[in-house]
Amino acid sequence: MKKFSKFLSIAAAIGIFGASALSFAGCNDKEDVITLRICNWEEYIDLGDWDEEERIILNGGEEIFGENAIYDDFTEWFNETHDFKVKVEYSTFGTNEDLYNRLSLGDVYDLVCPSDYMIMKLLAENKVEEYSEDFMKNGEYANCVSPYINGIFSQYGWDKYAACYMWGTTGIVYNQEKVDVKDVASWDILLNEKYKRQVTVKDNVRDAYFAALGIINHDLLTDPQYDKSNLTELMNATDGETIAKAEEVLKKIKDNVYSFETDSGKADMVTGKVVANYQWSGDAITILDEADADGTELWYSVPDECANLWFDGWIMLKDGIDGNADRQTAAEAFVNFLSRPDNAIRNMYYIGYTSAIAGETVLKYLNWNYGAEEGADENEIFPYDVSYFFGKDAYISAYREEFEFEDENDTVTANRGRQLFAQYPPENVKSRSVVMLDFGDNLTDINQMWIDVRCLDVTDISPVVIGIICGIIGFIAIASVLYGFRYKLFIKHKPKKGFKKVEE
Amino acid sequence: MKGLRFNRKHLCIPYAVFLILFVIAPLIVIVYYAFTNGQGHFTFDNFVNFFTSTKTLGTLLYGFAVSIVTTAVCLVIAYPTAYILARSPIKKKYVLLLLFILPMWINFTLRITALKEVLSVLEGNISIYPFLNSVIGMTYDFLPFMILPLYTSLQKLDNSLLEAASDLGANKATVFLRVTLPLSVPGIVSGITMVLLPSMTNYVVLDMLNNSTYIPGSLIGSYFSAYDWHNGSLISLVLLIIIFIVTLVTNRFSDKEANNKGVIL
Repeated sequence: MKKFSKFLSIAAAIGIFGASALSFAGCNDKEDVITLRICNWEEYIDLGDWDEEERIILNGGEEIFGENAIYDDFTEWFNETHDFKVKVEYSTFGTNEDLYNRLSLGDVYDLVCPSDYMIMKLLAENKVEEYSEDFMKNGEYANCVSPYINGIFSQYGWDKYAACYMWGTTGIVYNQEKVDVKDVASWDILLNEKYKRQVTVKDNVRDAYFAALGIINHDLLTDPQYDKSNLTELMNATDGETIAKAEEVLKKIKDNVYSFETDSGKADMVTGKVVANYQWSGDAITILDEADADGTELWYSVPDECANLWFDGWIMLKDGIDGNADRQTAAEAFVNFLSRPDNAIRNMYYIGYTSAIAGETVLKYLNWNYGAEEGADENEIFPYDVSYFFGKDAYISAYREEFEFEDENDTVTANRGRQLFAQYPPENVKSRSVVMLDFGDNLTDINQMWIDVRCLDVTDISPVVIGIICGIIGFIAIASVLYGFRYKLFIKHKPKKGFKKVEE
Repeated sequence: MKGLRFNRKHLCIPYAVFLILFVIAPLIVIVYYAFTNGQGHFTFDNFVNFFTSTKTLGTLLYGFAVSIVTTAVCLVIAYPTAYILARSPIKKKYVLLLLFILPMWINFTLRITALKEVLSVLEGNISIYPFLNSVIGMTYDFLPFMILPLYTSLQKLDNSLLEAASDLGANKATVFLRVTLPLSVPGIVSGITMVLLPSMTNYVVLDMLNNSTYIPGSLIGSYFSAYDWHNGSLISLVLLIIIFIVTLVTNRFSDKEANNKGVIL
């Protein structure tokens, strides 16, 4: 009992200390500082620290320069202009699943930036807070977002809950010197024996499954007669039969490709270990830029069958906002701050992805970044149509050599191109793009299928090898046991009767 | 407050708290998840699935193959190294030892990335030999863990025993086989435990080198990212049991061998 009371007193001491520490921390909270907990993708925001020569000076005199991280700029701006203070707690996640797991384990965030399907999943679970009316009507986001993005978000009913941040397509980055253009025009390149062990695929079930569906439906999708009316359903098929077919295809892909990569594909592509690389458009731009700096010319192709159109959007979580109006104001202000054209440009410049923000300034930036130099040969440039995104008559005067057109005289239907093509896909690519929806109830089946593909099947190993491995394991086990018995390691030595244990 | 007098036993309180928070509590969670399904009902399904699916068994076998070969290679490289470091009269042996420990101070992502470049130069295309590369990567990563315990146990070796053996007419080979080797068994055993088990689960190495075939560690990872905590936990539990058995057996060797048997051999 005495011992126990000792323990109690220590526990009490720890408790008192802990409580005082907590109450001390509690004091800080009362000073009207709202902590905004933001969780975003890794490397998905401008962290500042640009070199002076990176300063962007647009036609018209606007200057854009990233000195500090955007969220620090936001804090400064917010605290100057609002009657309460805000502090940003910025963290990052690696995959949508990682974010979801963290949320279900009880991590609380106010503002997160998952992809389309994860937004759908969180919406279905009723975890997402609605944006305020003021935000929807008067905010920077509402004013600056592209009508194209807005249209798609309304079509799927996300517009009240999600504010698009970045968007893009999926396709294949390839080395023009080593890959035949005909081969890269189809998802079949992943199965092409010609590039055996020279192509990488994303190590994630959704992207891999999408490519598999493209291969399965190749004949139909490339048929000129096909009217694309059921494209979305076709590329979102999750019935048992399709899954089984996809499994077969993915197994073949596994045997043919260099690796399934999570992040190493970029480096492998730039260093020339692989000749083609399944990639998201934003990362594709980064790879193209890096390879340019290295003196290698890489291209981005969207296969003829179909492209996956994806979006990452800011959503406010109910658990985090918790009905606190000030907190919601701060979260919405953050999204609006990011949607200011200058900040959108900073992010685009820094991470390489395509912002959902349209408008004059962004268009100017694109012309600054990709546009033809003044006095360039008329025959070498053409107006690249981006009106679907920036509104009527918007174009970028682009170099013809950075696109590969179906026809010499044609400047509309490009299927492959360089950075600009990857950043803003042309009309023909857009028309064969679909949003890949949440798998819903079939998620478990597809995940299991993916795990089955990745595992080594015991029946695929030759019995001889199994025999050898089991033999070695058995030999080691038996040898150790025998050794143990030989030297009586398993027997406890008891002193014989009459002997007394002597303390050493 | 007379009871609050400091006692030597109180020194273990931090460790006990650590143990409960970070070892016992997670273990309970793992066991709970391993034997429940999505609805939270008790079930053996995960268990049965694991041992009836040819895929998971294949992965387990592959993991075993990788880890056993890795351990064997580590042992073959590490023993002579440790022996030279510990027993030979080199003056600068601390520098040499440092050279072997030095890689441990460098971030391991950096090391593996460098290794990937080296292997690419040597092999041309590293995806052709996934098994070989797994073993090389794991060996590279875990070699110091094998060298250090061997070095310590060999260094502790009493020179007078070796001299006695020589005096009694044993030649060098006999001295090594009958005195040095048995006395270094504890080092071998702890080296094996430190390499065998982590190399079965350390899938980050494979992810970074060339990620194509799963080892049990990657299987756990992919179950977790598919929100399936139950199957993932079960695999962790199975691995844990394997680890437990191995440790149980090997502990027998290291304890007794050092104290009574080695010399009499």
